[in-house]
Amino acid sequence: MLELEHVWKSYRIGALGSKRLTAVRDVSFQIAPGEVLSVVGESGSGKTTIGKMVLQLASVTRGTIRLDGADVTARGHRERKAYYRRVQGVFQDPFSSYNPIFKADRVLETVRESYFPRTGRGEWNEKVENSLQAVRLDPGSVLGKYPHQLSGGQLQRMLIARALLLDIEVLVADEIISMLDASTRIDVLNLLGELKERGLGVLFITHDLSLANYISERVVIMRHGAVVETGATGTVFGDPRHPYSRNLLASVPQLHRKWSDDPATPQELEPDGDRSVDPPPLTRVGEQHWVAAHP
Amino acid sequence: MALQVEDLKVHYRTTKGDVRALDGVSFSLADGEIMGLAGESGCGKTTLGKSLIRLDGRMRHVGGSAVLDDEELPIGDDRAMNARRWKEVSIIPQYSMSAMNPTRKIGKMTAELLRSRRISYRDIEDELVRRLELVGLSSKVLGNYPIELSGGMKQRMVMVLSTLLDPSLLIADEVTSALDVTNQKAVAETLVKFRDLGFVKSMIVVTHDLSLVYQIADTIMVMYAGRIVEKAPAETVIKSPRHPYTQALIGALPEVGLEYGTERLRSIPGRPPHLLDPPTGCRFRDRCPLAFEQCAEEPPAVAVADGHEVSCWKAAN
Ligand SMILES: Nc1ncnc2c1ncn2[C@@H]1O[C@H](COP(=O)(O)OP(=O)(O)O)[C@@H](O)[C@H]1O
Ligand SMILES: Nc1ncnc2c1ncn2[C@@H]1O[C@H](COP(=O)(O)OP(=O)(O)O)[C@@H](O)[C@H]1O
Ligand code: SF4
Ligand SMILES: [Mg+2]
Ligand SMILES: [Mg+2]
Repeated sequence: MLELEHVWKSYRIGALGSKRLTAVRDVSFQIAPGEVLSVVGESGSGKTTIGKMVLQLASVTRGTIRLDGADVTARGHRERKAYYRRVQGVFQDPFSSYNPIFKADRVLETVRESYFPRTGRGEWNEKVENSLQAVRLDPGSVLGKYPHQLSGGQLQRMLIARALLLDIEVLVADEIISMLDASTRIDVLNLLGELKERGLGVLFITHDLSLANYISERVVIMRHGAVVETGATGTVFGDPRHPYSRNLLASVPQLHRKWSDDPATPQELEPDGDRSVDPPPLTRVGEQHWVAAHP
Repeated sequence: MALQVEDLKVHYRTTKGDVRALDGVSFSLADGEIMGLAGESGCGKTTLGKSLIRLDGRMRHVGGSAVLDDEELPIGDDRAMNARRWKEVSIIPQYSMSAMNPTRKIGKMTAELLRSRRISYRDIEDELVRRLELVGLSSKVLGNYPIELSGGMKQRMVMVLSTLLDPSLLIADEVTSALDVTNQKAVAETLVKFRDLGFVKSMIVVTHDLSLVYQIADTIMVMYAGRIVEKAPAETVIKSPRHPYTQALIGALPEVGLEYGTERLRSIPGRPPHLLDPPTGCRFRDRCPLAFEQCAEEPPAVAVADGHEVSCWKAAN
């Protein structure tokens, strides 16, 4: 179980870090094994920062992140390595995760070097093949290739295969399919679905509400670093209470409803305010549905 | 008729041989028409767009023609094509936002571009500012560097620039792919607004997102492996597609309301063929659930209804 409790993040910005930008404000949620939690919101709302904190790629300014009850922040190198056996991330731009001068499958080989140095070559190759098969990559057409010889979808799936080599418990997936085709998207999504059925917990970060709806039991909607609405995905999307959630849902392109059928102008939202103060509190409005106070 | 493309063939030269990225493409675009161009990546959408603008060094015009406003485009002639760019045909290229020169202020960049077209910045400045305001940008952005604008602002800026000289045809290549839903909607609706205001006459909107293009397109054309498989009014393509490939693409789309637990979306098994040596007959054959003997021959494009063309033996019968 991964838990975030009152997590805050502020970045130092400006000349010599003279100013602070609060990117994440008082965010709490949990992800149980076998559960996909989606975090949605416009760009800049703090989604990636949350993922980075979970992956220990960014420090937590305030609050706690726990894995199975143990605080995971600020630990030494050895414990960090043990942590990465259990928690891994895959990001939006697959190209940035590969070094263009090395063959793409080096990302798999480095896992062997760091975590399975005593595993024999034959056994390792079998493990690699299995994980590639699990993400529906044909080993023959991806092994030994350079990143530029592979498509974005192939690279993305190889990164998921890499995470699978480690028997992880939590996967942070940050916009992993926004650059993929509809046809390959579904493969990657269904793959997440299968992994969740096998007990993986997934933090699924996306700006695509249809994808969130398809794959996750629960959703967190963020704006300006804070949670504006959260709960069971069907409940929240079926009856969005916060004007921001309503605007987001109205912008989603769908096949059964055109934007022009519903020319309602988006509701005016409160502008960004002082981010250092506590965000509006969440109120329970249904059995599995919470919404932030709004005017 | 704004654009009439006939049996267009454009290949990439590679050391292994020609990649037949556009392999006999025919279609037409009416005045005022917004056509969505869809298909999986690698099927030739960007190549088609570029062919109508300007071939890059490795592309070769192998055959066929494109007629814009009754005049044949000199596709193989780089200089002649370049002279038409921005004024007659204009493109918002894929990844245009990251391609903006980061060291030039936007106003300066615009002036340089206009100078290359022998147009004075001063003559057009009022119109430029009017159009920026129309898309919700203040004229102050002209004094900004590209990195100072958000993704959505940059995309709107690029849209204004590429249509500033009122081209007859605009090609928008994946212009919404990198944006969040709210910005996607704003950008897509701006494209329609530009057509309605006459800044551009017709448009080809390239995307892999059928749900998005359905919102704004009059017609949708679907490509597969360098060929066109179906073109029809947008409503028809989405609600009653005839080609098995179009049907499969639509079947793979998640919609708000659909959940993994209750209904499983299906991807299209396999992947598009390599265009270095494309298969004979119907190119979708090895992925098509309906394939039968006749599919070993190439299916012709058949009009199954007014404005609805399909290249499939099953759909034509
Ligand atoms: N390394 C960083 N330094 C300073 N500010 C940052 C950094 N990373 C992100 N930010 C800022 O934090 C806010 C949230 O960003 P991010 O978490 O990337 O949001 P999202 O993923 O929802 O688009 C944004 O205002 C962004 O500019
Ligand atoms: N510079 C190039 N050299 C060789 N082949 C290319 C080049 N650019 C694209 N191709 C090939 O041409 C085909 C069509 O590509 P493209 O037009 O980019 O497709 P789309 O835009 O639909 O994704 C693909 O098979 C691609 O691999
Ligand atoms: S021509 Fe045959 S193989 Fe091709 S799409 Fe039609 S039925 Fe399928
Ligand atoms: Mg992000
Ligand atoms: Mg393309």
